[in-house]
Amino acid sequence: MNKEKITVTVNGRKHEKEVEPRRLLSDFIREDLRLTGTHVGCEHGVCGTCTVLVNGKSQRSCLTFAVMADGAEIQTIEGLGTAEKMHPLQQGFWEKHGLQCGFCTPGMLMTAVELLKENPNPSVDEVREALSGNLCRCTGYQTIVESIQRGAEIMRGGK
Amino acid sequence: MVQNRGYIPKSRQREKPREGLKYIGKSMKRVEDPRILTGKGVYADDISFPEMAHVAIVKSSHAHARIKRIDTSKAEKLPGVLAVLTGAQAAEICGPLPTWSSPPVFQRVIAHERVRHVGEAVAAVCAESRYIAEDACDLIEVEYEPLPVVVDPEEALNSRGDAVLHPEHGNTNLILESKFDFGPVKEDFAAADHVVKRRLRWPRSGGTPMETNGATAVWDEGSQRFTIHVNSSMYNFVGWMIADTLKIPHHKLNIVPTLAGGSFGAKLFLYKQPVMAAIFAKIVGRPVKYLEDRMEASLTNDAHASDRVYYAELACKKDGTFLSFRQRIIDDYGAYFQYGVGQHGNALAQVVGPYKINSVGVHVQAVLTNKNQQGAYRGFGSEVANFVIERMVDAAAEELKIDFLEIRRRNFIQPDQFPYLIPTGNMYDSGDYEKVLDETLKILDYKGWQKKVAEMRKAGRYVGIGIATTHERSVFSSTEFWMWNLDGKIGWTSSPDSMSIKIDPRGRIYGTLHSPFWGNSPETVATQVIAEQFQVDPSNIEITYSDTDKGLHSTGPGGSRFTVMVTGAIVGAAAILKKKIYKIAAHMLEANPDDMEMRDGHVSVKGAPQKKVSLQDLAFHAYYMRLSMPDPEDPDLTSGLDATYVYDHPVTTLPDPKREHMGIFYPIMGHMCHSMVVEVDPETGQFTFLDYACVHDSGVMINPMTLEGHMRGGVVNGIGSATSEHYYYDKNGQPTNTLLTDYLLPSISEAPANMKCGHVETPSPFTEYGIKGGGEGGRMGTPPALAQAIEDALRPLGVKITELPLTQKRIRQLVREAQTKRAAD
Repeated sequence: MNKEKITVTVNGRKHEKEVEPRRLLSDFIREDLRLTGTHVGCEHGVCGTCTVLVNGKSQRSCLTFAVMADGAEIQTIEGLGTAEKMHPLQQGFWEKHGLQCGFCTPGMLMTAVELLKENPNPSVDEVREALSGNLCRCTGYQTIVESIQRGAEIMRGGK
Repeated sequence: MVQNRGYIPKSRQREKPREGLKYIGKSMKRVEDPRILTGKGVYADDISFPEMAHVAIVKSSHAHARIKRIDTSKAEKLPGVLAVLTGAQAAEICGPLPTWSSPPVFQRVIAHERVRHVGEAVAAVCAESRYIAEDACDLIEVEYEPLPVVVDPEEALNSRGDAVLHPEHGNTNLILESKFDFGPVKEDFAAADHVVKRRLRWPRSGGTPMETNGATAVWDEGSQRFTIHVNSSMYNFVGWMIADTLKIPHHKLNIVPTLAGGSFGAKLFLYKQPVMAAIFAKIVGRPVKYLEDRMEASLTNDAHASDRVYYAELACKKDGTFLSFRQRIIDDYGAYFQYGVGQHGNALAQVVGPYKINSVGVHVQAVLTNKNQQGAYRGFGSEVANFVIERMVDAAAEELKIDFLEIRRRNFIQPDQFPYLIPTGNMYDSGDYEKVLDETLKILDYKGWQKKVAEMRKAGRYVGIGIATTHERSVFSSTEFWMWNLDGKIGWTSSPDSMSIKIDPRGRIYGTLHSPFWGNSPETVATQVIAEQFQVDPSNIEITYSDTDKGLHSTGPGGSRFTVMVTGAIVGAAAILKKKIYKIAAHMLEANPDDMEMRDGHVSVKGAPQKKVSLQDLAFHAYYMRLSMPDPEDPDLTSGLDATYVYDHPVTTLPDPKREHMGIFYPIMGHMCHSMVVEVDPETGQFTFLDYACVHDSGVMINPMTLEGHMRGGVVNGIGSATSEHYYYDKNGQPTNTLLTDYLLPSISEAPANMKCGHVETPSPFTEYGIKGGGEGGRMGTPPALAQAIEDALRPLGVKITELPLTQKRIRQLVREAQTKRAAD
């Protein structure tokens, strides 16, 4: 199959690659760039696990072709923080036990990054609304909401 | 050795439950999290090797058919395709897949000659990429000769001829039937004032973790060995069974665990993916990955859950005293029978719930149908038994006109009656059920809600309260898998877990787990217990996982056993190490080894804490000063500081050979009370939670935060099982929901926003520190409480709930039927 040349900036680093037009953005990120922090749960856009930010907006990488991201700025979980210096949302998830198996967590985090950009102090209902397209099988969701509110608090300068 | 009913082994508990523990009982942040939160956790699909190839399968479109012809020629010619296998070819390379059923019902990694459910692999392709492998699958032509399809479990009892899935087991789909009377069932029923009878239906759901099953196999030509990376549990228990299927010597296979993105039982023991990846890895001479896609995870993951029809009878006295509980159960196992009726063995562990019931009659009919086979899901059959006993108790309360909480209190086993033996022979180690109930009512504000509900009803609203008092048996042992097999063979009785601990020359502690991470918190649990044992700061401890090459005998998580078992293994290994540490410290401090204790990273003399040596200095001594040991000839004082310990189940006994009782096999008995207030909209069939409170007694807690995680997560699993999840097959055996678009896992919108959790701690007298398991969480308590709450809300209409899931459609239908009946009356 013919390949298309694309240029994508992921977590601030520019990549030029040739991809088949049918290649999914999720596979491009995970396999071609070896950024395996983005997970694939359902492959049909329901579970939200594969959510990444494309030009600042949350998007399901399993429903996006890599060629559609040509020229885009993408952020994945690897672009948030490190184990030594976590992003406030990662810190919030750690403190409030917002994960168990951790498989859905990257999608939860990226969705939350987008939410807090628009709403730095969301209520429980606002967080629940924002997460309504992300499935978690482990936590029962409640601690995820608490984690995001805690992350928001740290971002607002709270300790 | 045959043990009499009533024989209880002596407790092996070394660490008594006590006040003043420094690390156990604390909500410590998880040590697993930093790498997972930053995208550095390695799950099954994150394994990658240069030149790795990928497998895709051709899924059967028929529920039951003979495979007449397969043409793979077009697929083989597609550029990028490396190898294609049909069932016939695979059957030449490898044997049947592992199974515990007796007699064994054989399953193949690729169906051979006959397909038995939609989605079963009929051919597989290995290619340069998953894309090409899937393209090639589309080019494979399969001709089927349809056979009669069996879907309904009760109709399956009458299947004959071509409708029989496995004719080698006789002209029937009734693969196993067993009947037991534990205690004087007939006499107790004869003495009853009232018998409650119900037909209850529990639907087919599944653990459905967000990550599917997957394996990557590497074949090393030089050493003639396979290395398989897989997100499975039980690899250090029965991983060798995969070598049997691959027809290789066991030591030519090394299984390496990855993180598992959730299991809930669905990844208890994976064999299809490892075998598929391995056979192709050897054929193509390259690393090969086989990862299920989401549709395969719904259709052919070997992990659907209990699908049961119950005909249940509860014999009662007028005053509500329960006398006997009798049930006929038809269970739809699907097309294969991997664990036999283990799920029913499991249910017998706590079949009477928290109640005194003198006798139990059980008649199980396990049938095979044209569906994905059953595996494990959070509760392993006991969650169904909980639903059934609680529905029966609610029905008894209504029919005898006794308050539904009062009837429970009258029948509760009392705190001074433990250890308590139930009619099936299992033991309940400890408990305080009234305390759990009272604490729940307090947290829910039951009295307050009763008033509010009454007012809301006056205003025409349909609001109800549901409360269930159920068990969570913990620490499974092997017995449940084989005790129904009446072929006279004694089955396995070992189900240990192990730990290796090494203290390095600078005093840092390395713990090696022989069980995997499958979404629980194994590293955190091990860290907390090791920190407690050695009184060191958790930052000095590192936990890793063994592969099968280095692995010790370990059953792994499942059946709410990991925390108890790994704690036992750590205490055992630590005892060996501390004996040595104390000898060396006593020598260094010129004191008596019996007077040593560990405190703040040091070994010191009891009562004289200033006389101390740091663990770091002591470890250095242990590693490098062999000739300066107290007694250079002491065989315990070999250089270094390391120990391993295999911890067997804390308390089990053999079943009676005639199966008059099952022995003690699942005795570490947790308890829970789930309560909720719901409002139902009778016009739409929708319901909403107005409140939710639950209290669990999981014995002494290691980490309340992670335990509450299991409680809340289990609740939402339970909500799914009770209301929206149903692996449904139409009359042609075609599954109607194969993706997450229509198999409805609860989203955040269906979960209660504020679940209040409480704890009661009744220590186990048999486990280290008195811990009990709690991993199966709320799924074992939510469904009966939710059924009761919805029934209570619709009480003005006279709706009775006997069948799950309570989908919006079903609730609406129940309301309509009740209204029609009212109108007719």
